[in-house]
Amino acid sequence: MVQNKANEVDRHNLQPKKFIMWLFMVSSIIFFAGLTSGFIVYSGDGVGKTLNVPLPKIFMYSTAVIILSSFTLHYSYLQAKRLKFANQKIGLWITFFLGLVFIGMQVYGWSVWTNLGIYFINSNATITFVYVFTLAHIIHIIAGLMILITALKSSYKKLPNVTNLFRMEIASIFWHFVDILWIYLYVFLLLNQ
Amino acid sequence: MSTIAIPNSSAVHHDDHSHEHHKETFLTKYVFSQDHKMIAKQFLITGIIMGVIAMGLSILFRIQLAYPDKSFPLLEVLLGKFAPEGRLDPNFYLSLVTIHGTIMVFFVLTAGLSGTFSNLLIPLQLGARDMASPFMNMLSYWFFFTASAIMLSTFFIESGPAGAGWTIYPPLSALPKAMPGSGLGMTLWLVSMVLFVASSLMGGINYVSTILNMRTKGMDLWKMPLTIWAFFLTAILGILSFPVLVAGIVLLIFDRSFGTSFYLSDIYIGGQALANEGGSPILWEHLFWFLGHPEVYIVIMPAMGIASEVMSVNSRKPIFGYHAMVYSLIGITVLSFVVWGHHMFVTGMNPFLGGVFMITTLIIAVPSAVKTFNWLATLWRGNIRFTPAMLFAIGLVSFFISGGLTGIWLGNAALDINLHDTYFVVAHFHLVMGSAAIFGMLAGIYHWFPKMFGRMMNPKLGYLHFWLTFISAYLVFFPMHFMGLDGVPRRYYAFTEFESMQKWLSVNVFITWAAILGAVAQVAFLFNFFYSIFFGEKSTQNPWQANTLEWTTPVERLHGNWPGEIPTVYRWAYDYSKPGHDADFITQITPLSETMSSNLPHDFEGNEEAERIQERWNIDHKSVDKREEVK
Repeated sequence: MVQNKANEVDRHNLQPKKFIMWLFMVSSIIFFAGLTSGFIVYSGDGVGKTLNVPLPKIFMYSTAVIILSSFTLHYSYLQAKRLKFANQKIGLWITFFLGLVFIGMQVYGWSVWTNLGIYFINSNATITFVYVFTLAHIIHIIAGLMILITALKSSYKKLPNVTNLFRMEIASIFWHFVDILWIYLYVFLLLNQ
Repeated sequence: MSTIAIPNSSAVHHDDHSHEHHKETFLTKYVFSQDHKMIAKQFLITGIIMGVIAMGLSILFRIQLAYPDKSFPLLEVLLGKFAPEGRLDPNFYLSLVTIHGTIMVFFVLTAGLSGTFSNLLIPLQLGARDMASPFMNMLSYWFFFTASAIMLSTFFIESGPAGAGWTIYPPLSALPKAMPGSGLGMTLWLVSMVLFVASSLMGGINYVSTILNMRTKGMDLWKMPLTIWAFFLTAILGILSFPVLVAGIVLLIFDRSFGTSFYLSDIYIGGQALANEGGSPILWEHLFWFLGHPEVYIVIMPAMGIASEVMSVNSRKPIFGYHAMVYSLIGITVLSFVVWGHHMFVTGMNPFLGGVFMITTLIIAVPSAVKTFNWLATLWRGNIRFTPAMLFAIGLVSFFISGGLTGIWLGNAALDINLHDTYFVVAHFHLVMGSAAIFGMLAGIYHWFPKMFGRMMNPKLGYLHFWLTFISAYLVFFPMHFMGLDGVPRRYYAFTEFESMQKWLSVNVFITWAAILGAVAQVAFLFNFFYSIFFGEKSTQNPWQANTLEWTTPVERLHGNWPGEIPTVYRWAYDYSKPGHDADFITQITPLSETMSSNLPHDFEGNEEAERIQERWNIDHKSVDKREEVK
């Protein structure tokens, strides 16, 4: 243990690791920028290639849920900072739960559309795009949930608070990001309706 | 990890020999290594193997192009049903072209080049113990390895590898039934590329984070060697463009496997209309080339950085125009995102838009010319040492000029109507990004081989390798310009089928023999490389008398790089042949106080105290040194 102290120093140099998270988000933004600009190129191609059906109403409620979850996570982060670990855990669990609810609502949104006959496989690919956007976003939410789990795990262990806070911070950065990402996608779709 | 949370301040020597007692097994040292130097070697050797394979593929299709009517029974023995009766199957020919391009562009010149030298040099030249996340770095290599394995495995499946060209335009790539190369081979191509992009992103993110956060004391951005600038901007390009390719591939996978219509419309197979409607293959071209064009700069920029460093060291002169070199790299990085349309001039694009893309494309000539002139000016009146690395770096400049000039023709929207999809394009990109980038990579291998393996490569074999490769590359690619001007299209299986192209057959025979000569020349390199790893002459610590930090590490290559404290940096990397200094190089870790006889006013960067001290020293030594006083 003692001879690995140099290792320990590096491991506590957390700045580069946080930066990695930011860079990952940049590449993720580019991914969605690619998808949405694909949407624009496609719909600019001719008549009948626009999003001519209303989005499922549930997307509005899911937006509220994901925004709420950002607040609960921020609450949890603040509590961890004030060393109130019980509240931190509660906040994390609520956020985790809201994330699951969000996924459920998105999937329900798909089922609303399929029941109306607005299918994934569609000669109007703008509709397929909506399915792809939400699917790609759900994958990001799942990644966010996994990061929340690591934060939860460390909140139950007796770890130094530096580590605990670092994991909370990483989780917050990413979770707020997927939150804003969904708002971007939703607004983008609303504007292109 | 939980017992010692915050390092004890009494442990002063915690940096020393921290890893000597660390248990390393064969697995953690050579296979799942997290040491950046080992990962660099893994990338390099995998890249070399992939390069040899892709070169072999090119020889196969060159034989077909030279002797379309001849039968080679050996081919049937080797390839089985891909070469019935000793002649290449037309579908397999297309697969060969596709996989040759894919492997060369992505697996050799992206992963093999960036992966090797970014991993090796970023921590070493910046003074870091390792990457920002060594674990992610290891993951990056193993994703790359898996992608390589999957790509090669397509040679062993019934329908053969993907055959739609390395740009995999739909509908060929989107309809599994279109041709044999659109089947399982295409699916695996997509899987392999997704893994490859994941690998590249993990690598690139790591490089950027390391460069921005983990430089040693004194190493500000403007003291970084040009190699690091090149790797940095390359990594940024990758982060900003590869995700778009993934977006395109995701949509393509949905079209292929789930029946959506992003790229497909109005298609009949065997007289039967497909259900897909409303899509446009042009959408794929936009998404693909938004990556595809930056990709060619991802390929060439690390090579440029390596060449700049190697040429400065071996000319014993500072690089000419260091700042201009950096700004031109930045210029290329920015411009590379706004030129993708020049690959699509003939897709029915609005001529006005074509004009815009033409202008942005031609503007890239400016930073490229800045770099070229700076290299030539660096060579000018230098004490040039023609090491093999130096020869390859000069070779890069040669290819970059001769291949870059034709870019001005191709970037022209009107001329492109004639030239697109001909051998003129093939000649252009093989010279400007193929040969130039591979020469940059080879320059890097010869130059940093002592750093990687502690031994030297044989220079005589290096010279043989250089001259044969250099000559054969020109013999292969230069005649292609004339074929292209005559309108000979690329990717065709046999030109004997067309009356007007038959006259080019003799040229094709010539090119094929030149290519075989080039391939044989690589044996000299491969032997030299693998032999020298084990039996090469032992290297000294700083065999090239270079300034950069990697040559201050011990030859033994420790995990953690420096046995003691990481050195501090006091100056830029290019103080070669500085007037007034006794040696012709001053390492970056030499403080200005030790080089009083050669300091110049601008070295102090406005530090008045230091300037005063220098002034006093100059007065004291006036009888010896009659240089201008520091003001």
